Amino acid sequence: MRLSDQFSFNRQIFLRHKVRTGLLLLAVAIGVASVILLTSLGEGARGYMDREFSALGNRILIVLPGRKETTGGGPPIYGAAPRDLTLEDANALGRIPGVLAVAPIIAGTTTVAHSSRSREVITLGSSDKFFGVRQLAVGAGRILSSRSRSEPLAVCVLGIKVKRELFGSSRALGEWVRVGDRRMRVIGVLEERGESLGLDMRDMLLIPVRTAEQLFDSPGLFRILLDIAPSADSDKIQEKILKLIRSRHDGEEDVTVISQDSMLAAFDNILATLTMAIAAISSISLLVAGILIMNISLISVSQRRQEIGLLKAIGASSRQIKQLFIGESLLLISMGSALGIGFAFPLQPPNWAVPAALVVAFGTGLMFSIMPAKRAAALDPVLALRGLQQ
Amino acid sequence: MIKLETINKTYQVGDSPLRALRDVSLQIGSGEYLSVMGPSGSGKSTLLNMIGLLDRPDSGRYWFDQVATEELNEERRTHLRGENIGFIFQSFHLINRLSAFENVELPMMLAGQPLKQRRIAVADVLAMVGLSQRASHKPNQLSGGQLQRVAIARAIVMRPRLLLADEPTGNLDSKSGGEVIDVLEKLNQDGITLITVTHDQKLGDRARRHIRMVDGSVYSDQTAFENGHANGLKNDHAKTQKSRDETI
Repeated sequence: MRLSDQFSFNRQIFLRHKVRTGLLLLAVAIGVASVILLTSLGEGARGYMDREFSALGNRILIVLPGRKETTGGGPPIYGAAPRDLTLEDANALGRIPGVLAVAPIIAGTTTVAHSSRSREVITLGSSDKFFGVRQLAVGAGRILSSRSRSEPLAVCVLGIKVKRELFGSSRALGEWVRVGDRRMRVIGVLEERGESLGLDMRDMLLIPVRTAEQLFDSPGLFRILLDIAPSADSDKIQEKILKLIRSRHDGEEDVTVISQDSMLAAFDNILATLTMAIAAISSISLLVAGILIMNISLISVSQRRQEIGLLKAIGASSRQIKQLFIGESLLLISMGSALGIGFAFPLQPPNWAVPAALVVAFGTGLMFSIMPAKRAAALDPVLALRGLQQ
Repeated sequence: MIKLETINKTYQVGDSPLRALRDVSLQIGSGEYLSVMGPSGSGKSTLLNMIGLLDRPDSGRYWFDQVATEELNEERRTHLRGENIGFIFQSFHLINRLSAFENVELPMMLAGQPLKQRRIAVADVLAMVGLSQRASHKPNQLSGGQLQRVAIARAIVMRPRLLLADEPTGNLDSKSGGEVIDVLEKLNQDGITLITVTHDQKLGDRARRHIRMVDGSVYSDQTAFENGHANGLKNDHAKTQKSRDETI
């Protein structure tokens, strides 16, 4: 039997049972679409993560005070180390070859006020380098100057949200605001930008690091961001950082260095696993579609007993009967898959999602059509022609 | 062409075995016109299915064109059946979703013959049964006689040498039944071997050779004389009782 003949034979069956065929197609289409959609979702999350990290700067090392213990637990958020990480440490790290920029950060919460309005905001003390490392830009005014690295200037840069809440639509540049117990001049407003790794830069106040040191009355740094040269070996630099800190901290290696690469790799790993899991879960809907097809095929076999008997009598072999029924299911699967891909494709699924969905669809289709097809092929033509059960 | 030797077949009906065929031996030559008659349950249809290679005997031997069929596997039997044997059923067994043309085309399609060849052959056999005008009709648009003629067209489209008809007129009025018989007998005159199973005495009488079955055995086997000469086959069924003369 020719393939084209089989297609036209199956097509006539589909045309004869339009509603049934339509519903089966829908079931397969939903299954395929859900596999593709959910995997796209996982991939989307991964893409988001990647973008977030690259927004953080291309090659960044983060030095945190406190030692990450090997016995579990994440790196400490706020340094609980016996020895503070200081600005001097930061300056020393900046002299390591391969380090392009050092942005020390002192973090805290202060009240910032202008005329009658005041707000609690997260305040970061840093320098002009911070803007480069975090790839931040001001929408108005200018960023902290290079003098802010070493001088306690009374200036600040506002996040856009803080600016709006304190000044509304009126001009903030050049105005004085009260930060804690000090007065500072607003020299810049950050441009509108989304959240970045949990830090909402819109809701933030940036001041020179020395100013922050005085304001919070603490020399301890929250962390140090290092921008390293693209050509530099990240691992070697990490070793050098630890060595330097050891020598500065009486032999104690009381800092943790996190590289962006390692974080990215970890997240990537987690999300890839998650995506696979999601894909597996969404395959269940395809499995359901497969069972549906099997059920319909079984009904179809018993409805078409006489036809099967006849086909056998006029020269169809068992193999041909099997082929007809399996072909019918696979044709349904192909059409349903095409529909499902049509639904899901505009959402730009990852490259592997479509083939994966197809493999699962055809796998279940084949798996669930073999049994009805075998049953059809095993019919005794004599009894089947009489419409009798065996 | 066909040689059956002590064929036995037993079906399990409920608890008790039913012996559908008992030691049936039969020889049928090429071009014969045979009717098989007998009461219900006498094994007529079983014999027909046996000859048509749809059923396998429990014991005994069956040669089709010197081929010992019981030694063939299912695939080979199917092939032999498709090439050489055409079936006509009481209830036509046409596929409703297919047009007359497509129904007739089915055996050729299953045999994988090319479209062009199929078109010619189907048009040819439809003309032979007088239904050229109805080729595109679906079965529900055709009368009973027309349906059976479509079924005949389907049975002969592969140019079989043996035609097996199981109550071909059973569901038809006498006029359409007559038309169907005319077509079948015309085919027989053209050389096809025709075996009809029927309850209808008049139809049975038209055959040149009459086989009567009772309780799974061949009860009588007689050859009628037509136009003054015998059709040339000797009856050689020793175990069968010599029949009471019913037909001559």
